[in-house]
Amino acid sequence: MTEQAIEPRAIYDALSDTPTSYVREDEDAHPPLDYPPYKSTALRHPKQPLIYLPQTITEVTGPQLGEWWRLGEHDHDLTRQHEGEPIGQRITVAGHVYDTEGKPIRGTLVEIWQANAAGRYMHRWDRWPAPLDPNFSGAGRCVTDDEGRYQFTTIKPGPYPWGNHYNAWRPAHVHFSLLGRAFAQRLVTQMYFPGDPFFPYDPIFNSVRDSDARERMISSFSIHDTVPDWAAAYRFDIYLRGPGATPFEEAH
Amino acid sequence: MIFKTTPSQTVGPYFAIGLPWDAGPQAVAEGTPGTITISGTVYDGHGEPIPDHLIETWQADPTGRFADMHGYGGASEMAGFRGFARYGVEDGDGNYEILTVKPGPVPGLGGTTQAPHVDLTLLARGMLNRVVTRIYFADEPELNAADPVLATIPAERRGTLLADRVEGGYRFDIRLQGDGETVFFAV
Repeated sequence: MTEQAIEPRAIYDALSDTPTSYVREDEDAHPPLDYPPYKSTALRHPKQPLIYLPQTITEVTGPQLGEWWRLGEHDHDLTRQHEGEPIGQRITVAGHVYDTEGKPIRGTLVEIWQANAAGRYMHRWDRWPAPLDPNFSGAGRCVTDDEGRYQFTTIKPGPYPWGNHYNAWRPAHVHFSLLGRAFAQRLVTQMYFPGDPFFPYDPIFNSVRDSDARERMISSFSIHDTVPDWAAAYRFDIYLRGPGATPFEEAH
Repeated sequence: MIFKTTPSQTVGPYFAIGLPWDAGPQAVAEGTPGTITISGTVYDGHGEPIPDHLIETWQADPTGRFADMHGYGGASEMAGFRGFARYGVEDGDGNYEILTVKPGPVPGLGGTTQAPHVDLTLLARGMLNRVVTRIYFADEPELNAADPVLATIPAERRGTLLADRVEGGYRFDIRLQGDGETVFFAV
């Protein structure tokens, strides 16, 4: 197996190279798995402490999107996936995917899904009495370009009620899934819109306890990117874990 | 580190409109020789199957090489090998099944060799971040005994990471809490 040994590299170029390890994150970088205000966490979080996994070649590699995986023509434009146009405010959602060194992550799969303008998902489990939109499925995907950019055209989703507690409402959001370049970089998150009045009352948003970290989930309106006579623009840059120390320097 | 990461949020109850796709559960092309299934059930803290969950797996091919986006470690040369599978269930019985091949041993840190294993991500409503575990194979006792990651796990919990041989492949159940709680890792 010696020919496959991991060679630690001192210099790394995000466009052509891949780190030999990813930075270990602080405990509060992500929300806790056990978070009582979000009631469904109660039976769905491990009670035993997580065990430290050294980052080996399995964790620092990640899938290549090859011939077996193809983007459809309108996968990035959620307003053009049906015969008619969906109801609602047409918007663009665009940004860069960077690592925490600020280097763009190219060629990574970005997938989104969301409710329609009335706050209803095209999903059999979503039964609250808001209208479905036959022209809006609410799912999109694209792959970042060489500068790490992604862009979607969609409609602004509505907020919606849910059963967590009395009068619980989710702030308007778009779900994001990022494959990253390695198993260690995988991220699933939600993008919010600036100034949402439901922020103070939402346990999922507030499960991120650090207010600066919560801000990183909120998109910003951009008049610069807004397309005249067409679509308001929201920018949302996403940061995935960057390179860490070489594995041989990691504390165990 | 100049920037901080974007925080994780739950995949929620409605991921099925966006994430699963037809060939998602196939880590190898259909008809690949040596194909096996890895299947199991995901249980919550009451021992009830979780009807809505998303599982992703990542692994080497039988020679220990990955279908990595950068060819890292020497790219897999196996025809049709993807190494990545995604299985999403939205109103099921808690079961999952992926189609794959058994991975070979892969290098570990510091010149060690890791026993055959599959990295697994589990996401679901009620989970604010993914959990990560590893599938090892119960019929590899010698390689497992020498595996540097298994060696760090208390002996009485190691069994939670072992997939049992069944007809056509292996069975690997995941328990989020309680008796036999699966070992989960911080990556």
